[in-house]
Amino acid sequence: MNPSNVQPARVAIQVGDFDVSREIAQLRLGDKRVGAICSFVGTVRDRNGGVPDSVQSLELEHYPGMTERSIEAMIDEAHARFDIFGARVVHRVGLLQPLDQIVLVAVTSAHRGESFKACEFLMDYLKTQAPFWKKEQTPEGARWVDARVSDDAALQRWGINAGNAI
Amino acid sequence: MKVEVKYFASIRESIGVPGEQIETSAKTLGELRTSLVSRTEAHAQSLGHGRVLRMALNQVMAEESTPLCDGAEVAFFPPVTGG
Repeated sequence: MNPSNVQPARVAIQVGDFDVSREIAQLRLGDKRVGAICSFVGTVRDRNGGVPDSVQSLELEHYPGMTERSIEAMIDEAHARFDIFGARVVHRVGLLQPLDQIVLVAVTSAHRGESFKACEFLMDYLKTQAPFWKKEQTPEGARWVDARVSDDAALQRWGINAGNAI
Repeated sequence: MKVEVKYFASIRESIGVPGEQIETSAKTLGELRTSLVSRTEAHAQSLGHGRVLRMALNQVMAEESTPLCDGAEVAFFPPVTGG
């Protein structure tokens, strides 16, 4: 079986939760070349700036169509830069609570180095270039989360000018 | 020419609509932004040149200098905060 024919969809934007084990199983399914899988899961904190319980819930808005398209382009770029076999990105939208999973990035490769790098590259890229916006519900009311300059700096390490937080 | 303009997040909230059809003679996204600013006070507040915002043309990140084309889908939104 040609592994390229059994790859699942590379990008999912969904309201519901995801199962990391199932996602990884799908990503590596039948691919005997794989010797390394690196995954990152982002979760909802109950704080922004260190105060416990200061974030009661988080609402994620996105730009349907552009979101999928931009992440597909990021995965293409990861394939161009790193020796990886497959990548999967799942991002949730809608109303989330502290402890909820928000995002999964998983990458397969022959050896660990390439999948570690590609996983971090994809997260850095996604943070500053994929059209998602977070709105926090706090005891003082709702507020849109500010973009971080540190996220721009993270992408700059890969030689890409993010130009997001400015 | 006609373009479809979309707004997201805080910009969508302050302008009060998710998007609008615009008849424009703007040649770039920057010129379109400038013409939108004069529509209402909310447009001026959200899209004014003092505001840090990002834009996309046909669902690809773009710049103020990006040329506009007929039938384009243009989006204006705040810096992104996903992940």
